[in-house]
Amino acid sequence: MTITEKILARASGKNVISPDDVVFGNVDKVMMHDVSGPGVIKILNEWEKKGNRFDRVWDPDKVWISEDHFVPASDRISAENVSTLSRWAKKYAIRRHFKYGLGQYGICHTLSHEEGLVLPGQVYVGGDSHTNTTGAMGAFAAGLGHTDIAYVLMKGKIWFKVPHTLLFKLHGKKPDYISAKDVILHIIADIGIEGANYKCMQFTGDVVKEISMEERLTLTNMTTEAGAKSGIIEPDSTTYDYLSKRTTSNYSPIHGDENAEYLDVYEYEIDQLEPTVAKPYSPANIKTARELENIEIDKAYIGSCTGAKLEDLRMSAAILDGKKVRVRTEVLPAAQSIYLKALQEGLIDIFIKAGAVVGPPTCGACCGAHMGVLAKDEICISTTNRNFPGRMGHVDSKTYLASPLVVAASALKGRIIDPRDLEN
Amino acid sequence: MNIKKGRVHKYNRDNIDTDVIIPGPYLKIHEPKELASHAMEGIDPDFHNKVSPGDFLLCGSNFGCGSSREHAPIALSTLGIQAILAPSFARIFYRNAVDGGYLLPIEIERSTIDLIEDGNTIEIDLPNYKVLNLDKNETYGIKPLSDMIIKIVEAGGLLYYSDDAKGSTG
Ligand code: SF4
Repeated sequence: MTITEKILARASGKNVISPDDVVFGNVDKVMMHDVSGPGVIKILNEWEKKGNRFDRVWDPDKVWISEDHFVPASDRISAENVSTLSRWAKKYAIRRHFKYGLGQYGICHTLSHEEGLVLPGQVYVGGDSHTNTTGAMGAFAAGLGHTDIAYVLMKGKIWFKVPHTLLFKLHGKKPDYISAKDVILHIIADIGIEGANYKCMQFTGDVVKEISMEERLTLTNMTTEAGAKSGIIEPDSTTYDYLSKRTTSNYSPIHGDENAEYLDVYEYEIDQLEPTVAKPYSPANIKTARELENIEIDKAYIGSCTGAKLEDLRMSAAILDGKKVRVRTEVLPAAQSIYLKALQEGLIDIFIKAGAVVGPPTCGACCGAHMGVLAKDEICISTTNRNFPGRMGHVDSKTYLASPLVVAASALKGRIIDPRDLEN
Repeated sequence: MNIKKGRVHKYNRDNIDTDVIIPGPYLKIHEPKELASHAMEGIDPDFHNKVSPGDFLLCGSNFGCGSSREHAPIALSTLGIQAILAPSFARIFYRNAVDGGYLLPIEIERSTIDLIEDGNTIEIDLPNYKVLNLDKNETYGIKPLSDMIIKIVEAGGLLYYSDDAKGSTG
């Protein structure tokens, strides 16, 4: 069995399971945020209105809540949502509530790893489609809607159709100026945005071994863009080192069998990869940065769970150091802890001196919610993960997706540029 | 779930994503009627005026890709859309539609899209896996729903589904 099959087998109390089996699996961790949370609460309230009772969450210590999409509150409705969520969390004794303005908080998929909330071998579900991200910790991690999360809060389990796994073997040595973002954009373009629908995308190979935890998280984060149910990477010393700095909780990792069966195996040589950009309006619509070098931009956005982890900020800062941006540039670190580390490392200094604005952790403009959304016809290059029409603002705005290196380089030129061409 | 006859609204596009079905700025809204007034705004701002209760949506593949927002099936079902016909659905949209008891996602052959016209009246014969086009007097196949999905649909959503003691396989 694959790692995913073995995790789901353990969670559902079975010795053997196969793809397409439908199982009820026990959940180890569940997350909701300021968009999905109020939706879940509404469903629970309606359930009670119909004469049912919901006195307690099955295990309040397994639930955690983030405030990320609409903080700082963009208007009265989002303020209401956050306050609804807070009252609910208090009533049901949820201790892990990462509140805006109260110590550590940030984007849900960043907190899940930054706080060591999800551990190897666990089953983790979240009320957000990019829950896949946390599969990089060697966990089964999948996004669910409000009703499903409400069900998990009641019963501590949920049904899954066991996914088939696509195995991506990444060979070679990652060249300079290439990051995990370039790799995953290539893979999505290759298999298409429906290419992994209902399936799990697993990454392995020399490149995966070599890259850091945060870069691995970029790979799994964007499995959602290929329609995947989950993304996963087998845990190894990189995973264990990362976690040992963040949690003292025990866990029992799971590894796939030697003879595990994969629906498809894809092999990639990373040595030849070029800095890559996904054009509007699809993450699969890729070109090399050089092919797009005449595209002028209005804004560069360095933010989100995909592209504002500490290493993403380091990559951007390395490019911006001592230089000036030519278009409006926003940097929104993905969590307070990352903001602080960036400050201590001098990255924030670099951003501000380069002329960029540094904002608080928030999903902000990534989902077109607030904090610098795009006007009609505006063009943005962004470290985020989606570029559907209207994703970051007006339906007639355009978002190009790229690595922090390409985004920072483009900010300096006011047009898309391959960071390797910056000197010229 | 009782599927009756209704009129088809056709948007023959693949990858109609959740940002199109209910754009990001409305995610803070949780009032179904208000969500419904913005349904499909990214593709047809007048959509909510065109739909009557019992109507169907007919779309291209990978319908509902993108975010996990349950706002999407809520907005469509509040308008009265009882089922969506498409060659394939994004998985979270599919789950949400079924588990929330909002509407039925029905998988059809891609070639069927061209045979059904915007405005046609159709009927779904679930037990026999068929779509009947009453205007053209044609029938088309649909992909059978799994046992689990049928049980959840019949219960009126996952919260009302109780036979979960042991998972079935298949
Ligand atoms: S940063 Fe963007 S992709 Fe990540 S959770 Fe927030 S809205 Fe979703």
